[in-house]
Amino acid sequence: MTLVEFGQHALFAIAVGSMTLGLMLVLAGAIGVIRLPDFYTRMHAAGVTDTLGAELIILGLILQAGDWQTMAKLALVGLLLFLTSPTATHAVANAAHRAGQKPDLSKFKPEHPRDAVKEESAS
Amino acid sequence: MDLVNFVIALGMAGAMAIMLARLFAGPTLYDRVLAANSFGTKTVLFLLVFSAIAGRQDAIDIALLYALINFVATIAILKFFRYRSLEIALARMSLRKAVDGDFDE
Amino acid sequence: MAYGVGLTAVLVVLWLVLSGSYTLSGDHKVLLVMSVLSIAGAVYLTVRMRILDRETVPLKPAFALFGYWGWLGREIVAANLAVVKLIMKPEIEVEPRLIRVPVDLRTGLARCVFANSITLTPGTVTVDVEEDGFLVHALDNSFTAPEGFAEMAARTDEASDGRREAE
Repeated sequence: MTLVEFGQHALFAIAVGSMTLGLMLVLAGAIGVIRLPDFYTRMHAAGVTDTLGAELIILGLILQAGDWQTMAKLALVGLLLFLTSPTATHAVANAAHRAGQKPDLSKFKPEHPRDAVKEESAS
Repeated sequence: MDLVNFVIALGMAGAMAIMLARLFAGPTLYDRVLAANSFGTKTVLFLLVFSAIAGRQDAIDIALLYALINFVATIAILKFFRYRSLEIALARMSLRKAVDGDFDE
Repeated sequence: MAYGVGLTAVLVVLWLVLSGSYTLSGDHKVLLVMSVLSIAGAVYLTVRMRILDRETVPLKPAFALFGYWGWLGREIVAANLAVVKLIMKPEIEVEPRLIRVPVDLRTGLARCVFANSITLTPGTVTVDVEEDGFLVHALDNSFTAPEGFAEMAARTDEASDGRREAE
């Protein structure tokens, strides 16, 4: 009996901890979207929330869900976010790049000539 | 547990408000699209937490649908502003098929 | 053919999980008919679009890919902490940079997994896909170690295409 109770308490603690961590990550990403200087850097801040923050919150919800069907649906939503969010981020970045949006590279000195950005025709 | 869920829901609402601010302020189109996409992700999380608070399973299905529609809408907006049309890629695909011939694997 | 069977099995499992009714006889006859119709329609459309291949239904590399996700998860956690640290500094001091990552990957699936992994790791985003590499935008110089990219490329290659033969 005590072992079962201990297990429940541990599960509860893990759920609360992961959800709190996820909330902090999501808020950090949102603050980053406001604070960072240009579009390409904001993209990184939005990526923070979409990967780890969302997955952690979903993990916490899975741990406190009662039946397996809810768990499976939550896991499915998590998998979907995991698969679509990098694709969407890449789509936005690629569209901006192809449209000729230049990132702010004033602080970056390429060490290798290969790294220098070629002039690409905006298609 | 309900208290934790409630705090998470409030935090999601705050993050959504910040995303809305970036959506209105964003200097370029891509900032806005990014903010809209991120707003959608937070809406999905909000719906999931809401389903846990209210004890309603249907909200999870709605969240699933919202995640799908959010992704498709982002791609569609980007595609529209790249080609100013939603048909060009389809035309290109049929052209490629005409050039390569009807291939089978 | 195996891909078609695999896709059908995955769709059936998905339907069962989402609908939650798994008795053949019962009050869910309409639901059953709809499920058969929608699964058959989805498989038919996939076959008609000719995208039923190794990339749509990655049955064989699935387990290797799940193993790869474990390693990727650790990388994501580490990079997340670094990005949050950068964002939370009182003064934002980032050195955004655009670099080329040359890779040698064998198939389109490996290239897709590699580009998505770079984007999933916070601090680096794949901006463009080129013939022999990727154009990557990074937030700071700590994210662009060539060894990290090389290790990720090697693991991606092994996970999606199997072990590379010794030459």
